[in-house]
Amino acid sequence: MNQTATLPARRFRIGFWTGVFGIIFLPFLVVTFLRFFKGLGAVTNLSDKFPWGLWIGFDLLCGVGLAAGAFTITAVVHLFNLKKFEPVVRPTVLTGFLGYGFVILALMFDLGQPWRIWHALIYWNPHSVMFEVAWCVMLYTTVLAVEFSPVVFERFGFHAPARIIHGLITPLVIAGVLLSTLHQSSLGSLYLIVPSKLHPLWYSQLLPLFFYVSAIGAGIGMVILESYLSERAFGRHLEMDLLEPLARAMVVALGIYGLMRLQVIVRNGSFTAITSLTYEGKMFLLEFVLGVILPVVLLSFRRMRTSPRWLVTGSFFAVLGFVVNRLNISVTGMERAAGTRYLPSIPEIIVSVGLVAIGMAVFALAVHFFPIFPERKLEGGD
Amino acid sequence: MSVGLLFDATRCIGCGACSSACKEQNKLPGVVEAKTTAYTWTTVKSVNPAKPEEGPYMRHLCMHCKVPTCASVCPVLALTKTPEGPVVYDSAKCMGCRYCMMACPFDVPKYQWDKAVPIIGKCILCAGRLKDGKPSACAEACPVQATVFGKHEDLLREARERIRQNPSGYVDHVYGLTEAGGTSVLMISSVPFEKLGLKTDLPTEPPAMRTWQVLSNIPDFVAVWGVFLYGIHWITARRGEVAQAKGPLTKDMDDHERHL
Ligand code: SF4
Ligand code: SF4
Repeated sequence: MNQTATLPARRFRIGFWTGVFGIIFLPFLVVTFLRFFKGLGAVTNLSDKFPWGLWIGFDLLCGVGLAAGAFTITAVVHLFNLKKFEPVVRPTVLTGFLGYGFVILALMFDLGQPWRIWHALIYWNPHSVMFEVAWCVMLYTTVLAVEFSPVVFERFGFHAPARIIHGLITPLVIAGVLLSTLHQSSLGSLYLIVPSKLHPLWYSQLLPLFFYVSAIGAGIGMVILESYLSERAFGRHLEMDLLEPLARAMVVALGIYGLMRLQVIVRNGSFTAITSLTYEGKMFLLEFVLGVILPVVLLSFRRMRTSPRWLVTGSFFAVLGFVVNRLNISVTGMERAAGTRYLPSIPEIIVSVGLVAIGMAVFALAVHFFPIFPERKLEGGD
Repeated sequence: MSVGLLFDATRCIGCGACSSACKEQNKLPGVVEAKTTAYTWTTVKSVNPAKPEEGPYMRHLCMHCKVPTCASVCPVLALTKTPEGPVVYDSAKCMGCRYCMMACPFDVPKYQWDKAVPIIGKCILCAGRLKDGKPSACAEACPVQATVFGKHEDLLREARERIRQNPSGYVDHVYGLTEAGGTSVLMISSVPFEKLGLKTDLPTEPPAMRTWQVLSNIPDFVAVWGVFLYGIHWITARRGEVAQAKGPLTKDMDDHERHL
């Protein structure tokens, strides 16, 4: 009975989203064409003064950061052996994989000559953070694909390869955590090279650590959000008794991160930029209130964590604050030194939104065809 | 032997011969632009907004850093420092990530935003001419020796000598001696360097060192973190096995975890 009630509704939603997808997709194709035949100048607001914009600040920094749930959850389940989080693994690893796919696609737009991306594999510059990020992202995307592959194998009845991968899961997960630790932090290290350009509210020798810890926090926030979105889109979700402890972990990660940030800001004397509400100060406050204070305060209360609505709200703030933080570092904090303001152009936004839409569409298809979420309702428990 | 340029802003008359010579030498299309671009590698402009025709004038060009930030960040080694001094660019390797532009403390590398197959443009200190024993095109073209080419040590000595002989006519600092770890291009001036549009807040150690402090620790980090993670797995897996072996305790254990 339940089934008959939910099915038509579900079909309607998918129809609606297919429409939205189509509306986004056409301009996306046009922009793609212009980008590759007319150059970056024709579609972006990037310039010699501002060479990195939305595609680095949002697509790369946020795409990788928000996919951090994958390495966190696999570590919790396979290394810390907290098996009850097992149901979280599949959706999270899938999002991780799609997140990295999103990042790589975005780089295809952002790189001036993307067909040369393999150059990073043959010309080695170990002094370059970008070189390290390139290797880690490539290897980790492979790890995620392998971690996810048993789902595909089993769906088509290939049990032998699935079993082999299952046997290798510990080294795989360790490799994944190592690679993630390296490149999550390295995205912060990318900005170590600009001490004279990045505003002191964000510049710190601790940038790699900040990036790592905040990605863990926001990555968990993403897992919670996703569960909520999946519930709305597919009627599948994760149980509250799994999400509540995850929220606790997020509060701890964000709390540690927030304290470290404040400590650095007080030490390097840029606190006055906040109190005097400069442009940078305001943007910092926005990021900090959204990304740290609100989620930490809200979700410190058990009552809030166990209420689905507040849990999702708190996680949403954490993710939003995370995005503002990454944009502050890549845009706001660099504007003063560049002597110009940067706002992404409409085509830049179309590409980012289009890529997110592709990612979500693939996720929806995957949920449709593969057993991603535990199906407790239909099978009557496990 | 490492070479470089010395630019003396007190001598420059703003004629622009250097930028034109650069265009010609490097076969750069179009006319000399007001700001450096991928097609204009060096500019001269007045830094006196009230009376532009009176100067002083200032050149903008690649400083050819001793430890070039651009070369340190390029993932594909498209930018390299030659032993002779010039920081050169290999467009066949570049994949267009533009990290060099982001990172250069002097905002030198520029991009071909208008091209479907774009490359970076920046002064290469006429590395090709240097091989033939010739000075850079800009130095050769300068009618008043405001830009001179030479061995780095000689240029530094010359710069200090000019300041010593005319202390009231110069700021007592050779720009490029310490900036971002030192550069092959040196500059002296009668007006404070920030008035010339130069950055005076640059660190004296090369920015590349800050990154290297982190990157050089990666091998150690991977070893320690890897062993640590495996250790965690080993301990928790053991704990799980023990719990399993004891049978009925498994459930307690789950409950325990639930309340952690
Ligand atoms: S000035 Fe910039 S482009 Fe020139 S060598 Fe130094 S870092 Fe490289
Ligand atoms: S844009 Fe080209 S030269 Fe500059 S860092 Fe990237 S690959 Fe190297």
